[in-house]
Amino acid sequence: MLRCREISKLVSESMEHQLRLRQRLQVHMHLLMCRLCAGFARQLRFFRRAAGENPDRFLDPAARDAALSPAARERIKAALRDSG
Amino acid sequence: MTDPAEWVDRHGDTLYRFTLARLRDADSAEEVVQETFLAALRARDQYAGRGEEGAWLLGICKRKIVDFVRRRNRLDASSGRESSDDISEGFFDPKGNWRFDPRFMKGRPEAALEREEFWQAVRGCLKGLPRRQADVFTLREIEETASDEICKELGITASNLWVLLHRARLQLTRCLKLRLEQWGVL
Repeated sequence: MLRCREISKLVSESMEHQLRLRQRLQVHMHLLMCRLCAGFARQLRFFRRAAGENPDRFLDPAARDAALSPAARERIKAALRDSG
Repeated sequence: MTDPAEWVDRHGDTLYRFTLARLRDADSAEEVVQETFLAALRARDQYAGRGEEGAWLLGICKRKIVDFVRRRNRLDASSGRESSDDISEGFFDPKGNWRFDPRFMKGRPEAALEREEFWQAVRGCLKGLPRRQADVFTLREIEETASDEICKELGITASNLWVLLHRARLQLTRCLKLRLEQWGVL
């Protein structure tokens, strides 16, 4: 019988590809009985949706106004001139 | 056609912020922005004013970010700092049961998305991940790149990718649980 360690790994893999029927059944049965793994699975799905819909929230608020430093800006322009 | 130097003034900061959010490191972001403009210069003839300039540059920039992540991933993989194969380490007891309650969401999870504290915790936890894990997690969940594409781009096997992602998820889960509990969020 698979434990939470193996089930959580399968749950994670199921986010990437379809599991084999036997594995799907094992996960399904386990999640019915185990609230911890069921919560883990729910959070992974929630997190995927949240991340995909809010890519900008991964940028530090301080970095939302981030800009190229004047030095970097000049360096890039010089590089463009050299290879232009 | 605009002068390439003008591209830098017009689009440099946007590309920089976009890249910074994905690579989490200012030096790397500057490097990638420079590579983007140089590649744009080389491809200028093919572009020939079709479509919007900013979108064209952003497309090049995305490619350059993936190229950069590939190099960084190789470097990190060969340095062998994350060679431990025991995924369960720290997360499960010897019997294979959770060492902690992984559930950090109670009530209505959608409400968490509105709270800056939630995202602050997410960013902090992502920064705490080993770099390879953070990089594949970013490509997969934030950029929504397909798994097989990530494997192809980074030159890693599917099972390699799954292990990296699973570790990232376990560690993020534990980290979020700790932070959100501490701050009394959720």
